Amino acid sequence: MIPVCPTTALPPGEAIRVEADEPIAVFNVDGEFYAIDDTCTHQDASLADGWLDGCAVECPLHASCFDLRTGKVSGPPAKTPVRTHRVVVADGMVYVRPGVAAEGAA
Amino acid sequence: MSPTIAVVGASLAGLSAARALRDQSYDGRIVVVGDEEHAPYDRPPLSKEFLAGRASLDDIALGAPDDEDLSLEWRLGTTAVGLDPLSRAVLLEDGSEVRADGVVLATGARARRLPGGDGLDGVHVLRSLDDALALREDLALAERLVVIGAGFIGAEVASTARTLGLDVTVVETQPVPLAGPLGTDMGAVCAGLHADHGTRLLVGTGVAALVGTGRVEAVELTDGTRLPADVVVVGIGATPNTEWLAHSGVALGNGVLTDARGATSIPGVVAVGDCAATWSVTAERHVRTEHWTHALEQPATATATLLGTGGPVPTPVPYFWSDQYGARIQFAGSRREGDVARVVEGSCADRSFLVVYERDGHPVAVLGMNQPRLFTRWRRQLRSAVPTPS
Ligand SMILES: Cc1cc2nc3c(=O)[nH]c(=O)nc-3n(C[C@H](O)[C@H](O)[C@H](O)COP(=O)(O)OP(=O)(O)OC[C@H]3O[C@@H](n4cnc5c(N)ncnc54)[C@H](O)[C@@H]3O)c2cc1C
Ligand code: FES
Repeated sequence: MIPVCPTTALPPGEAIRVEADEPIAVFNVDGEFYAIDDTCTHQDASLADGWLDGCAVECPLHASCFDLRTGKVSGPPAKTPVRTHRVVVADGMVYVRPGVAAEGAA
Repeated sequence: MSPTIAVVGASLAGLSAARALRDQSYDGRIVVVGDEEHAPYDRPPLSKEFLAGRASLDDIALGAPDDEDLSLEWRLGTTAVGLDPLSRAVLLEDGSEVRADGVVLATGARARRLPGGDGLDGVHVLRSLDDALALREDLALAERLVVIGAGFIGAEVASTARTLGLDVTVVETQPVPLAGPLGTDMGAVCAGLHADHGTRLLVGTGVAALVGTGRVEAVELTDGTRLPADVVVVGIGATPNTEWLAHSGVALGNGVLTDARGATSIPGVVAVGDCAATWSVTAERHVRTEHWTHALEQPATATATLLGTGGPVPTPVPYFWSDQYGARIQFAGSRREGDVARVVEGSCADRSFLVVYERDGHPVAVLGMNQPRLFTRWRRQLRSAVPTPS
């Protein structure tokens, strides 16, 4: 498990990039935390820099949208989904388990 | 018989039009005519990752797995040579034709060449996949590259060539590169990336001649300077591919003239992407936008026009990006001469900043270098601030 930050450091509507073997982006959507691969599957852009719209993030470079719950992409130019990662919140800290898909993700 | 729509040009705008037609529930035939042999591919990487050898053909393919469901009839490797305005038939080079109820013109643009620059080996332009493959091959054996034109594509080629270890000189006739799109101050800041990374930039000087027998050996400038070169890339802009429409009756200017919804002067014919000069409600003139996002998004408006389901006139906020020397440049909005550029975050010296252009105290455009997150917020704000014309 990788520690991300205290819950208070990631308020609703915000995102943070976590350096791992493959960087991970963690989002706070109205108090729920989600983690997906940070690098867009299209080209080289960091999804933590993207625009959060409900449970989706729009890539800051060419605007493909990824569902934070499933990793699915809404449409071109990206063609493949991102991986989701499980988020654990304990003692006021946010953690991610890289490589373990989020619960409910396809 | 089911209706037919012909899409001419099989690149980003053409494919986006075909996808939009299906999205908009059109279930007739769609025939896509394209003169390149290749399936649709993405052009921006041709001066960036693909030229550097870091992206493969697969990586830059535009087609997605779902595109099978579009049931498109492809006519690749086929050049359209004319359009009959009455029957709306697209005439093909082999003498056959595609009769259609609706036509989408998406023939894009081609790289402008240097007058008299043809015929020497080692002299390249960069527009197509074949151009990129030929250039990549030549760069692999070269030591000295001269790039003519310090626009976005010229700057990106220079940057990629530096990562490949070449000695690079960029020649620009204007005193400040990119002053057109970015203004003088910010053009100068972006052009500063060349010096940061060991590329020589010569401004305010034209090219007198390309020197060499068989193969290029040097570029001679108007001030007499002679720049030795193994490879020369000419990046001096693009011309819309509209000659084939000369006798069609479609009104042409700097591109195919259309109204704000993409309609041309001929009923049932729309134009999209780099080949179209679309009426801009905000600028009050025809504007030929040569940006990727425009070619991706605008076709949906034009296909709705074709199907007769068009809604209100869209007022998109133009957007483009460029990657040079590891710096990500992003721009959104409409800048005019006289707009005031103000740094709102970071600093130009650090090559990490956000600049807002203001007109009468209101933000009209935004430029970011290595500031994607803040840029995205500003771009959004501009989008919501654009007045919707009644
Ligand atoms: C090297 C390079 C880098 C770029 N980088 C960026 C960038 O970083 N950011 C950005 O915003 N934009 C960038 N662009 C611009 C972007 O790629 C274009 O705006 C986009 O490709 C336009 O799409 P289009 O489909 O309108 O035209 P095109 O991509 O030009 O496609 C037109 C197609 O029609 C075909 N055609 C032409 N005439 C005929 C005919 N008579 N019959 C049949 N087919 C025909 C052409 O061969 C071509 O395949 C770049 C462009 C290039 C070349
Ligand atoms: S890099 Fe994300 S959509 Fe292109």
